[in-house]
Amino acid sequence: MNNEKCVMKNDIILAGVGGQGILSIAATIGLAAVENNLFLKQSEVHGMSQRGGDVQSHFRLSDKPVASDLIPHGKADLIISVEPMESLRYLPWLSKEGWLVTNSNPFINIPDYPPLEEILNEIRKIRNNIIIDADAIAKQIGSARSGNMVVLGAASPFISMPYQSLENAVRRLFNRKGEEIVEFNLKALSAGRSFTKV
Amino acid sequence: MKELLLLGDEAIAKAAVDAGLSGMYAYPGTPSTEIMEYIQSSKTASERNIHREWSTNEKTAMEAALGMSYAGKRAMVAMKHVGLNVAADSFINSAITGVNGGLVVVSADDPSMHSSQNEQDSRFYGKFAFVPCFEPSDQQEAYSMIFDAFELSEKYKIPVLMRITTRLAHSRAIVKAVNEPYPENNLKLPSDPLQFVLLPAMARKKYRALISSYESIRYDARISRYNSFNDAKKRELGIIACGIAYDYLQENIIESSVGYPVLKISAYPFPKDLIMEITERCKEILILEEGYPFLEEGLRGILDNGIKILGRLDGTIQRDGELNPAIVANALGMHVPYGKKVPELVKMRPPSFCKGCGHADTFNVLLEALKPYGGGRVFSDIGCYTLGALPPFNAINSCVDMGASVTMAIGAADAGLFPSVAVIGDSTFTHSGMTGLLDAVNKNSPVTIIISDNSTTGMTGGQRSQATGRIEQICTGIGVAPEHLRMIVPLRKNHEENVRIMKEEFAYRGVSVVVSARECIQTAARRKRTDSSDEQ
Repeated sequence: MNNEKCVMKNDIILAGVGGQGILSIAATIGLAAVENNLFLKQSEVHGMSQRGGDVQSHFRLSDKPVASDLIPHGKADLIISVEPMESLRYLPWLSKEGWLVTNSNPFINIPDYPPLEEILNEIRKIRNNIIIDADAIAKQIGSARSGNMVVLGAASPFISMPYQSLENAVRRLFNRKGEEIVEFNLKALSAGRSFTKV
Repeated sequence: MKELLLLGDEAIAKAAVDAGLSGMYAYPGTPSTEIMEYIQSSKTASERNIHREWSTNEKTAMEAALGMSYAGKRAMVAMKHVGLNVAADSFINSAITGVNGGLVVVSADDPSMHSSQNEQDSRFYGKFAFVPCFEPSDQQEAYSMIFDAFELSEKYKIPVLMRITTRLAHSRAIVKAVNEPYPENNLKLPSDPLQFVLLPAMARKKYRALISSYESIRYDARISRYNSFNDAKKRELGIIACGIAYDYLQENIIESSVGYPVLKISAYPFPKDLIMEITERCKEILILEEGYPFLEEGLRGILDNGIKILGRLDGTIQRDGELNPAIVANALGMHVPYGKKVPELVKMRPPSFCKGCGHADTFNVLLEALKPYGGGRVFSDIGCYTLGALPPFNAINSCVDMGASVTMAIGAADAGLFPSVAVIGDSTFTHSGMTGLLDAVNKNSPVTIIISDNSTTGMTGGQRSQATGRIEQICTGIGVAPEHLRMIVPLRKNHEENVRIMKEEFAYRGVSVVVSARECIQTAARRKRTDSSDEQ
């Protein structure tokens, strides 16, 4: 699971629905990347789609300067999704060896949302997939709102940075909100990571 | 130099502050909004008390910026591409008056219409107005260009256009910034007291001077340093890449070393000498540009009988929509390793009203009150409430430009449609709806204007609305009869009462305004969070 190569490159698509807060995942990876002196570009969706529509963020990390703000099709190393159907929307970008890590809990705000089991079956067809019930894990550790960090934790083994820098980033990101919130988010991150590592 | 992680919008804002900006003017619009927001939260801007309030619309913003420039200080104005249409009158004429303090106009285009009603290309406005136009390829270049733009503006006494597109505006990268911001200009009136007076005799002279300065400006180093030619051995093809398209080209070249001569263009007017160099060397030219085929049309001309050109006009690249690395790879004839197809079961997820949104309650009232008359009579406008066009509401029949709901309702009423209804948001109403309302009042048009007032500019993220607390006074001031200015609160418990009020006003054959007011639930929630953290 270690992605050590001579050229370090991590192209990550973050997926979800507007309002689910994928930008806090992006901010965490961003802070960690800066700590590691990596080059990065991160494109986000603002404006109309933020109102309950599908949203994504392209996150590109490298030890060389990054040219395009957008990840080329078929080159993403990782899709991190906080919603199962949304994880499938970006398959044309996922490379053959890429990992798909998604929360299993659907966000249903459209009348024709497909049956969940069919969605999960499609996800299981991807060679490298991790489906995690992040909501349940977040509840277990007593922080229902930290589902995002559980998903990020589950994806962390596929992000080419030391785990500790993600922890540092969480500390910096949530510092303003107090020690208790920091601890909950660190626990969530770690619980997600253990799920994948088992 | 210090390194910062900035959106393209923020890089522009930071650069302006660092270049000695004294006034920032803007109306919110995706993808330009974060420029003003960055300056509003900037420590330097607050210490220096740089002007950083939202304007009522892009025209008032542009004119106020021109006024700041008149007084000798550096000003910047930012808007989305369609905002430049609203500001076009002052923009075009500001090129003829010229400027005093440096003036930079940022227009953020939205190709593929992520959050817009068209994908017009602002580079045409630069040419139209005879002003230089910068088109950064990345965040760092955007930062550096602002310094050059201000210098160029002051040297040639002209406004300078900065054209960006969505992907640059809303993508973050590390930007190296100067350590200490430059000092601001002092107040200094124009040396010629008639510089800004465009009486025909003076305007003719100034226009001639503008045309000749546009010709000489293309050789200025501040333009030419952003346009560069890299020769290479393979001569079957030469590539011209403009703005962010250069990044998509680089993405593909890094991977495979294409080995063709490349001309990068990030500043206009066109560098004719460099274009000659590449066209003389190469058999064919591929043009990569985000937006309209602006350069391509210029190169082809009307006759199109010169060198073979590949681009958007011959179908090598799709005619509309934004570029991406795959489109560029295809144009280069490279293999794109697409991943799996999106499974068919994945459904569209269009944007929708937030749970508990007041606009939704307003539309429920509207639909019921209009039932006796049938559909096809609701003109609407630009904002979150435009989502009323989608199921399950299907409530509106137009969304054209800021303020058009009011005036289109008037025109349809003139044609005999009754009732003729407009639905407009509070911020859009003060942006461009008020003048239309005056038309309606002056000829007593039988229209009902529903102002769906959420006390904010919602779609762009909740910026201060110029209308807040003023709508009632504005309407009565314009001349709406007080008995036909009705205030309702769009809550489910008021539904029956609200339907009754709307029905009454639809039946009235004169101007009526129904203000349906309830705070945006997003801004309300944010306010609660801020209030509670202030208490801690």
